[in-house]
Amino acid sequence: MTELFSYTIFLTSALILICILTLFCGYRAFIGPTIPDRVIGIDAIGTNITAIAVLLALLTSFDHFVLVGLVLAIIGFISTIAAANYISENEVIQ
Amino acid sequence: MTNINIIFVALNSTYSLQNISVIFFILSGCFFLSVGTLGLLRLPDVYNRLHATSKSTTLGAASIFFSGFLHYGFQGMGLTSLVGVFFLFLTAPTGSHMISRAAQKMGVEFSGDVTFPPLSNSQIPSNVDVTLDETEI
Repeated sequence: MTELFSYTIFLTSALILICILTLFCGYRAFIGPTIPDRVIGIDAIGTNITAIAVLLALLTSFDHFVLVGLVLAIIGFISTIAAANYISENEVIQ
Repeated sequence: MTNINIIFVALNSTYSLQNISVIFFILSGCFFLSVGTLGLLRLPDVYNRLHATSKSTTLGAASIFFSGFLHYGFQGMGLTSLVGVFFLFLTAPTGSHMISRAAQKMGVEFSGDVTFPPLSNSQIPSNVDVTLDETEI
């Protein structure tokens, strides 16, 4: 029972660490001097949130959070492409 | 402190090899995510920040996905985790390339006295209107 408890503590501490890192990425998304800086910050937030979803799937018994992480990765990729197109071409779909 | 304690307990074979490898990949994922976020906060330039996040953050998230694959095995969500690793390694360089090209088109400069390399004739895309000296061609 004690080893299961310490494994849970390990996963929870990794989860808390990645949540704090995501908040710091939010700093760059707010303060960033240029628009590509904000896009990079939001992209890093999306990548961190996929890691958070997989860690939640490992921590709890909800195995399908891995699918949530995969879908969040897809949405982050599409939003990055759309933002880059909107910056450079002034239109999302040409 | 608790992480080191957990590894020592794991080496005393109260954990299986599967749990040890899951712990190792989660630790390496946390390390690479921390390095990527530190580079995103501290580096001086758009391109430097993009370099930091697109490599380190991708490797960290893919490592945590791979720990999910080691945890679940060759079934169900484990195969989904492998798809996630493949997808991250496929799409993160594409996205960062698009952002850096958009930043160059916006005219974001490097920090310091670094400049873009001069374009040769074969590197100029055909749909971009670039004023060239026609006497040189």
